[in-house]
Amino acid sequence: MSILIAIIVLATISVFFGLLLGYTSVKFHVEGDPVVDKIDALLPQTQCGQCTYPGCRPYAEAIAAGEANINQCPPGGETTMLALSELLGVEPIPLDSEHADDPEKTVVYIDEQTCIGCTLCIQACPVDAILGAAKQMHSIIESECTGCNLCIPPCPVDCIHIIPVKIEPETWRWSLPESTDTSPKA
Amino acid sequence: MTRSSRQLWHFHGGLKLESNKAISTQSPIVKARLPKRLILPVQQHIGEAGALLVKKGDKVLKGQAITQSTEYVSAPVHASSSGTVIDIDEYPAPHPSGLNTLCVVIETDGEDKWTELQPTHYINTKSPAELRQLIRKAGIVGLGGAAFPTAVKVNPGPQAHIETLIINGAECEPYISCDDMLMREYATELISGCGIIQYMVSATHCLITVEDNKPEAIKAIQAVINEQALHTIEVVSIPTIYPTGGEKQLIKVLTQKEVPSDGFPSDIGLLVQNVGTAVAVHKAIVLGEPLISRIVTVTGEGVKQPQNMEVLIGTSMSELIEQSGGYHDDACKLIMGGPMMGFTLQTDHLPVIKGCNCLLVENTPEETPATMPCIRCGACASVCPAQLLPQQLFWMASSKNFELVQDYHLFDCIECGCCAQVCPSQIPLVQYYRFAKTEIWSQERDRIKSDHARVRHDFRQARLELEKKERAEKLRKKKELLEKKKIAEAAAKNDTPETEIDPKKAAIEAAMKRVQDKKAAKQNNNTSSDE
Repeated sequence: MSILIAIIVLATISVFFGLLLGYTSVKFHVEGDPVVDKIDALLPQTQCGQCTYPGCRPYAEAIAAGEANINQCPPGGETTMLALSELLGVEPIPLDSEHADDPEKTVVYIDEQTCIGCTLCIQACPVDAILGAAKQMHSIIESECTGCNLCIPPCPVDCIHIIPVKIEPETWRWSLPESTDTSPKA
Repeated sequence: MTRSSRQLWHFHGGLKLESNKAISTQSPIVKARLPKRLILPVQQHIGEAGALLVKKGDKVLKGQAITQSTEYVSAPVHASSSGTVIDIDEYPAPHPSGLNTLCVVIETDGEDKWTELQPTHYINTKSPAELRQLIRKAGIVGLGGAAFPTAVKVNPGPQAHIETLIINGAECEPYISCDDMLMREYATELISGCGIIQYMVSATHCLITVEDNKPEAIKAIQAVINEQALHTIEVVSIPTIYPTGGEKQLIKVLTQKEVPSDGFPSDIGLLVQNVGTAVAVHKAIVLGEPLISRIVTVTGEGVKQPQNMEVLIGTSMSELIEQSGGYHDDACKLIMGGPMMGFTLQTDHLPVIKGCNCLLVENTPEETPATMPCIRCGACASVCPAQLLPQQLFWMASSKNFELVQDYHLFDCIECGCCAQVCPSQIPLVQYYRFAKTEIWSQERDRIKSDHARVRHDFRQARLELEKKERAEKLRKKKELLEKKKIAEAAAKNDTPETEIDPKKAAIEAAMKRVQDKKAAKQNNNTSSDE
């Protein structure tokens, strides 16, 4: 008899907790992987594909899945790599590309004299920053350009050129004072 | 006099510095000569630049607006003298970066002819909002150096209640004496300006604060107050300690209250305005004149005749130096602002802007003292007027830990330079803080841009997906239609009797028949001709 009571009690408890767990999994269901969102928020969103993945989000997914290293984003540079290492709690890895330290920001512009209006660059632009139509002149919307340079390879007449982003007094930055002796010592 | 009876407090830290003001206060304010060319940067204030109202070749009159504010935090720029706009292009501007900025260049015609001015004779006939509009149109910005649009500052919002208006005549930085001379010579205008601002923010009383090393200025203001028998305006002499002219430090000295870290003086019922700004407000309202000139101290050991000059905005600094006797042979460094907070200029071919209070020429050979490692002595923390930990901020800024440096309230740093002044290791601390601040702002801009790019990329992906779907749907529909047609045709074939011929087929057959007939006829003709 006592064994029956034990079984009934345990069964009731397990049913209760089963229902509770079922309910919470439905109620507090998280759409997608939140880590991917967090990683994606740190990436520069140039969508340039230099990380070997087709865009920033796929790279974020690859990092979250442990398939990619955190040092594959040249546009983000050291800052992004450090932020990723902070977020994921992994050791910082130096960037292997040559422009690792502080990547110069660039945009592209179209030499409108040479452009033949083929629309190939428009199809390549990941952020719709190129304005134009077939056999009409194309133009870059500079404020929307992320500097990914994905429009350059498809251009059949090589009329797209890279220019550095102009530094205005408002966007100018003070440099770190040059001194070697003042770094913190352990 | 009430000023001796008022209780004062101290702010944390600060320094007693050699004031060096007397060298430029020996002679009255000199009016600078009308220059041949005026270079007016369109952006001379904190906030957005205005939209241009003139084009190359336009004739302008003195006081005519050449830009128009399009945003709230903005101030228009006015032509400082009459003449012709000869160029609108990028010119070097006085900024630590030395970069060029968009400027309007006016060739003066020498007539100095004013545009039509609209003075306000009775202040009480206008509402505070109307007066704010006038100040806004006059392009007035804070003349203490920060150049924040005054019309925005005197509008602290409907819920803020301003108890006391503080007029800042402390002028605590060494060498600078433009506010001192202004208070001595324009005391009446200053009191008038104070009254206008007091009326606008409905402050019950107004305190004009002057450091006790400027007795002439205090005397001049007190004389006007006594003469006009004003009860709500009071001049207060405060101890000379750098940087007592800082807004938050001044409030602490006068009221013992502290402005919240991320708040404004209006949160505790106060409004602080510079004395120069108050005079500019008087000119804008009572005379209708926009802000087209300011008083600049030209001083330092490297200049022959240190003096204060009333200068049209846009005048080249080189002309001011020339009119002050020129450089001494050993002059080596030109600084805009004071020795503590100013920045070095690479050239003197730069225009005077609204926020330019002083041109300091130093002759001390620039022996850059060797920077040595921090010894953690803590001298910087003991003098910091914002009660920060400069040494910690330094470690964090130099190791680029921008999150932690903000947790240690980097943005409460007023860059007064006290910490660097007392540092026994000669570490240029303020430079590290400026580096960290601009770096943080830059990262913030990048973040906004990347968020924007993400939205655009996602939108594009969604659009491509939609287009793909639509195309697939179209294809499917076409296929369906074709299928239906085939079925219908097949059904029609089964239904209709064989005798009924397709009209197309019939037409083709008819055509072929015609051709055959023709051929036959030809053949017949040929045979007949042979015969």
